[in-house]
Amino acid sequence: MKIVTVSGPPSSGKTAVIVKTIENLTRDGLKIGVIKFDCLSTYDDQLYKKIGVEVKVGLSGNLCPDHYFISNIEDCVKWGLVENLDILISESAGLCNRCSPHIKDVLSICVVDSLSGVNTPKKIGPMLKLADIVVITKGDIVSQAEREVFLFSVKQANPKASIFYINGITGQGSYDLSVYLKRAEEFETLTHKKLKFSMPAAVCSYCTGEIRIGEEYLTGNIKRIKI
Amino acid sequence: MVKDIALFRMEQLFKIYPYSEDYFVSLGINDIDHRLTIEELAVSMQDEVLDDTGLNREQLVENFILFIEKMETLKKPPNNTVESITIIGGKDKSGNDENINLEFKVGEVISIVGPTGSGKSRLLADIECLAQRDTPTYRQILLNGEIPDINKRFFIENKLVAQLSQNMNFVMDLLVEEFIKLHAESRMINNIEKITEEIIICANDMAGEKFDRNTPLTQLSGGQSRALMIADTALLSLSPVVLIDEIENAGIDRKKAIELLVKKEKIVLISTHDPVLALVGDKRIVIKNGGINKVINLSKEEKKYIDILEAIDKKMTGIRNHLRNGGIIDDSIIDSIYRLMQ
Repeated sequence: MKIVTVSGPPSSGKTAVIVKTIENLTRDGLKIGVIKFDCLSTYDDQLYKKIGVEVKVGLSGNLCPDHYFISNIEDCVKWGLVENLDILISESAGLCNRCSPHIKDVLSICVVDSLSGVNTPKKIGPMLKLADIVVITKGDIVSQAEREVFLFSVKQANPKASIFYINGITGQGSYDLSVYLKRAEEFETLTHKKLKFSMPAAVCSYCTGEIRIGEEYLTGNIKRIKI
Repeated sequence: MVKDIALFRMEQLFKIYPYSEDYFVSLGINDIDHRLTIEELAVSMQDEVLDDTGLNREQLVENFILFIEKMETLKKPPNNTVESITIIGGKDKSGNDENINLEFKVGEVISIVGPTGSGKSRLLADIECLAQRDTPTYRQILLNGEIPDINKRFFIENKLVAQLSQNMNFVMDLLVEEFIKLHAESRMINNIEKITEEIIICANDMAGEKFDRNTPLTQLSGGQSRALMIADTALLSLSPVVLIDEIENAGIDRKKAIELLVKKEKIVLISTHDPVLALVGDKRIVIKNGGINKVINLSKEEKKYIDILEAIDKKMTGIRNHLRNGGIIDDSIIDSIYRLMQ
């Protein structure tokens, strides 16, 4: 089974890109499954069901979505194998720019949005800098010049990536991405595979439920702002 | 080349590749020891600083070398000059053969007409992804009469189509001058001042009211924005094909806009419902039910009517402005329309 991880800032158009890309793949008779990771709630599973793909939802609640994703991915792979999927796609929102959901050898995609500002690609960490593919969305509402400048900014941040412009509404550009998905590597398990980069570290008193503010309540992994 | 870059010290690299300093700036790395090579620099960095960049030592080195290589390839002129594009017909939505073989050459203007949802975007998408009988339309696209190199097909550097539509806006909060500079820098162009000047002159030539280099992008009128977009696409964009989508009421001199693009050796596709614009094309593609239904060559008879259609269009624009300024529609205005028709 081929495995693909898709991530990107909230509302960048991940689901639209995946839906349009899947439509190219199911036309060739491939069986696709999606794991939708989100935080509090999601309605996107209905969008996936509508186009006839198998879908499972994981809600991270009060945990770091990245940590939640990686602790559950192996179970998702098992599910995909039982369902006899050709391609398993995981979709997870990168809530902080320090997210790092990509796994070595597993095809990784980061979705960013043209409207997010020309310096945004440089501000996003491993999620974009170490992705194999960067998809840029919402290019149809900005000028050609801004598209080209944004593209340049992505190239600066991740010179290695293949870059695609995809229109999440019309699906323009999604065919190209579907060709790359078909070339993704196959796996029976992800056990012993490694992340491309460590995930954000967070074990301080607030991780474990502290709500009071002040020096005496700070314990664990604390970092200070230089003022 | 990869090994070469790793051998140089930072001070040398910054001299040869002035932009390479940007790599560290964008990662938030300051205070670089200029005597070190990239590998030595990576080793010397504190774990904490490195962690904030989102890259480990190996990745920092690898990306730096790739960054320079990528920027160097951007500097080179494109080696894939497109002289012509051929569309070999596929099938429409009902599976009927399009039975067509269409060649567009540089400098040609082709208009595309058809109801909404008839498949105009699909045609464009086929050109954009260089379809090889593998898209829903089964069309095939040739470049310079040949099947394009399959390995290069999906590289974004080889994307052929620059798009311009009514729905597009400038979203950056910059002055016109800063904006053009940013675009020129992304193309690694040397003479930025000259190209900025040229673009602003061209844009003003098309726009109704003039603007200067210190005008903020966000304060440009619809017409001025459109004019700047077209001038910038003509002079700074590499894409050999320009698609213009519905710019009927853009408030610019459309004829001048098309002339500029043709002069810059672009293949111009215009998707439109506007009679004046549709007749600008040497050829007119009619799309129906997802397929190319027919291709009309501009006839002498149609050419004859361009002027009168344009005069009517101008008249209607005049009436619009008249109303906008508080004018009243009376007999004299209606009479002037009748006179035009005779």
